[in-house]
Order: sequence, then structure tokens, then C-alpha cells
Amino acid sequence: MIEENVELMKGNEAIAHAAIRCGCDGYFGYPITPQSEVLETLSELKPWETSGMVVLQAESEVAAINMLYGGGGSGKRVMTSSSSPGVALMQEGISYMAAAEIPALIVNVQRGGPGLGTIQPSQSDYRQATVGGGNGDYNVIVLAPNSVQEMADFVDLAFELAFKYRNPTMILSDGVIGQMMEKVVLPPIKPRRTEEEIAAECPWAVNGHGLKHRKPNILTSLEMDPHVMEQRNLDMQKKYATIRETEVRYEEYLCDDADYLLVAFGCVARMGKEAVDTLRREGIKAGLFRPITLWPFPEEQLHHLAGRLKGILVPEMNAGQMIYDVRLAVEGQTPIKHFGRIGGVVPTPDEIILSLKQQFIP
Amino acid sequence: MTKEEIIQPENLVYAKPTLMNEVGMHYCPGCSHGVVHKLIAEIIEEMGMEEKTIAICPVGCAVFAYRYIDVDWLEAAHGRAPALATACKRMWQDRLVFTYQGDGDLACIGACETIHALNRGEKITIIFINNAIYGMTGGQMAPTTLLGMKTSTCPYGRTPELHGYPLNMTDMAATLEGTAFVSRQSVHTVAAIRKAKKAIRHAFENSMNGKGSNLVEIVSSCNSGWKASPVKANEWMEENMFKYYHLGDLKDI
Repeated sequence: MIEENVELMKGNEAIAHAAIRCGCDGYFGYPITPQSEVLETLSELKPWETSGMVVLQAESEVAAINMLYGGGGSGKRVMTSSSSPGVALMQEGISYMAAAEIPALIVNVQRGGPGLGTIQPSQSDYRQATVGGGNGDYNVIVLAPNSVQEMADFVDLAFELAFKYRNPTMILSDGVIGQMMEKVVLPPIKPRRTEEEIAAECPWAVNGHGLKHRKPNILTSLEMDPHVMEQRNLDMQKKYATIRETEVRYEEYLCDDADYLLVAFGCVARMGKEAVDTLRREGIKAGLFRPITLWPFPEEQLHHLAGRLKGILVPEMNAGQMIYDVRLAVEGQTPIKHFGRIGGVVPTPDEIILSLKQQFIP
Repeated sequence: MTKEEIIQPENLVYAKPTLMNEVGMHYCPGCSHGVVHKLIAEIIEEMGMEEKTIAICPVGCAVFAYRYIDVDWLEAAHGRAPALATACKRMWQDRLVFTYQGDGDLACIGACETIHALNRGEKITIIFINNAIYGMTGGQMAPTTLLGMKTSTCPYGRTPELHGYPLNMTDMAATLEGTAFVSRQSVHTVAAIRKAKKAIRHAFENSMNGKGSNLVEIVSSCNSGWKASPVKANEWMEENMFKYYHLGDLKDI
């Protein structure tokens, strides 16, 4: 069978192609390994000559995220991509955008840290992404792709969510998904929105449109009156509660009759799946639970599964970050153990199997 | 002649720009900000750009600029206004996009964003209020603080050994290939206000004609921060600031 429209490309390239195809208005980014292919691919594809999308290499990640603040604040679909140290630099801007309720897409193709760390893959920005790396009480919607296909699919989804809730949205990927080549079907082409469409979708946007018939739009994170500021925070928390109720995404694999559950996200979930298959062949009833939205975390769904389990293993490419969300969700119903490879080392399915057996099956 | 007879359109010699909001200003009496705000409001109105303006304010004394001029505003993080403006102008090419920044915002924390936006030739205007001090936070040393000048963080006077030299961003901007119009003005006399208005209008028109990036510095007084009366502050500015920050057009292509 010949599959149509199937292409072979890196996850980073898929992000670039998907951005153009889903009507992105502007990309602003700064080179950093292992994600520079996003900016390189966009620069080669020259979307400014076709869809009219702006592509700009910024002077820093700090500038890039603030270009998103400006672009998103004016109602445009804007995005950036970076890797861990660069995303650390962006945290100020993300906090401001969350506070001013400005939609935008940030892609983090994670590498090992802390500091300059390594250019090898990692998942050690989980907490920065889900708990909030900047100042203040805020949340960013976080999507975790585990394939090149999801890299492509999540671009449009991220924009839809960002504009639906007026909130920054992050695709939290890693060096494995960004660099590996895989089959992908690119999303359908969606035209960029016209000025009238932007005005209809974003009546709050700062672009002057129709100013004579409305009050000026002002986007700011500043408020000097603590009572007004408290109310603004409460409104944001209300929005976050709605997102928690409506936007949880996850995938279950052989969870229904499982004794042991692997909870893993991103590329580690792929190894987890292979580990589950091997364990099943050995007669051990294992399953995989993959959070797709890391914030909001699928806590209720995991909570319901946990009651009849003999144990949960959380394999991650970090020193133990998502495991805290798993513990909060499970609320002590079953033992939870961690397996981590850190510093840029990618675990193998065999290591995950071994860890599960050692920690749960005496 | 009664008051009602006098207040007639044909007798009108001056009116507050309609874009200036009817709210009390938080600026100190004697401060230059109010005058510059008025000029900007007048120019936007005269150019008929009310529905095509994206204004970006800084962190610093002008953080509340959005309260006073009745157009759409984005309030940027400290120093980042030129990055916001870059994206806005690139994606809204028919808009008048300008930033309004003080010396701490523009010449210190935002020096990188400022230089790069100017050097890329972004079709924007940057209004730069230079009063050589951090006004909003209570009078600390700025990158533009003059040598010998006393502030709360250089209470014995700025010295090169301890604090380095005043940074002349506007002179630097004039050397960048991306800038089209670079000018330094003041608003301490009626004549100066007229010249400043002409410069800002030229910069705004330039940014709409796509000529390149535009920077208008307004050498300003900060009587509160300088601990002087408004009149004395203006005198001090003429005697000291203008010696280091020379007024006039530095570049006009």
C-alpha cells in the first residue's frame, strides 16, 4: 500500500512545516542546539513569500519571547522555539504573557542541564514548564509530543488552546523527538487570518482596529491596587480551573487489567510501550499511562486507575519531576517508584523493565 | 464681551488634544513627560493614525503612559519594548508603532533590544526620555547619570572608577546603519517644544514611509530626583546635561 502525503523528516522540521501550514503569522527565535532546525527550515522555506508569515532571528531568547508578547498582544499567531537554557531566559516574558493573558506558542526541545548542561536529550524542564518558571501564580498549558507526527499536530492544537484561553501554550519536547526522523503526515493548510477575522477573534488585541468605536485596548501585567490585583489573580485561577476541567489529554495502553503501570511522557513513553509489550510476553501485566497534557495533568484519570494496581513506575529523563504529580494524583493508593537517567542519557526499554522488576517484583 | 462670546471656534488658539484623557497625571509637577505625551497625542491626531497606532510603554516613570494617551497600548517588561515593537510592526506594516522609554529602560536593561531593533532598521520610532536618573524607583543612578552627579546609589557623585561613564545611546544609534532619523531634543522652552514636536512628527512619518528606525531622545529634567525646583532643574539641565547630550539632529537620511 502506498501511503499518500507521507513525508520523512525530523521533529524540528515538522514543527516548522506545521507552523506555516496552520496559519502562523510570525516565528521569532534564537539558535540553540538541539532545535536550530526549526529556524533553519523556516528560513529555507521562505513563508514570507507564500503565506506571508514573518520569520525573524532575534538577538536573544529574551528578545524572542518579548517579540511574542508584542505579536500575540496584537492578536497574531506567533511562536518561538528554543532549548532548555534558552527557555530559562524566556521565563520572565512567559510570566508577563500569562499575566497579561497573551496567547502564543513556545516550543522547548529539551536538553540536559543544569546550566549549559549538554546538547543531549532530557526531560529536566518538566517542573519549570508545569509549575511555572517565572514569578507569580500562573500556569502555561503544556503539551508533550512523543512522535514527529505529534510535533506536527500539536502546533495547531497549541495555537487553538492559546487563543481559546488567552494563555501561553508550550510544546515540551526533547532532543530525541526534535532530532529523530520519522514518517509524518503534515496538517492541512489553513490560511492566516485576515484583519477582520483577528478583530472578531481577539477584541482585546492591541492593534488599533476600530478604535473609534471602542475603548482602547491596554495589555499590562501591572496593577497597583492589591484588591484589584487579587481579583485579577482570582480570575486567572478560575480560567486555570476551566482548563483543568476541559483540556486534559492522555493515552492509555493496556491499562485496564494492569497490575503495574508505567507513567511516562514524551520519548520515554515510547520506550515504556516497548517495555510493556516485553513484560506482557513474560506474563507480567504491565500497562502504560501517557500524559499528553503535562499541565493540566490527568490526575483524576490516574487516580481512578491507581486503586487496584500493585505499583507504579515513573521512568523519566530527569532526577524525578513528574513523579510528584503522579504522587499527588494517586494519593497513596499504591507504591510509586522512580527510574531516571539524567544529564542527557536516554534510557532503554530493558533498563525500565529491570527497574520495575527490581523495585516491585522480589 | 461675555465669556460665552469669547469661547467660539474662530477664537480658538489652543486646545488640549482629544487623545489626551481627562485623568490626573502621576508625574511630578515640572516633569517633562507630560509635555512629550501631549506632543505625541497631537501628532497621532494630526496624522489621523488613531485607529492605526500600536503604542508600547516601558517600566519606569512612563509605565502608566497608557492612562493618558487614548490609543491601544502594550505595557512591556523592563527594557523589552523594542522587541515588542519589532514584532508588531513586522506583522502590522500599516501601523504606526512606537515605544516610549526612559534611560534606565532603554540604555541599561534594554540596551541590547534597543540597539538591535535600531540596527535591524525596524520601521518604528523610539521616544527616549533621558533625565539621567531612575525616577520611578526614587532616584538611583542611571547609565546616563553624568559624572559627579549625585543619586541615591552614588551619593558622593558618579565617578568613572566606581561607576563607569555615562552612556550616550543616541550618539551610538546614529552610527548604526539601520537608523534613518536620530535626533536629540528637549521640551524646557516653547521653542524647544516646537522643535521636539517637529522631530517626533518626522520620526513617525519616517516609520510609516519605511525609511528605517527612528530615535528621538528628549533630554529631560527630573526635579524630584535631582532635588531641585522645576525652574532650577531646567537651569541645571541647560548648564550640565546639554554639555554632554548635545541637542540637534544627529542623522537624517
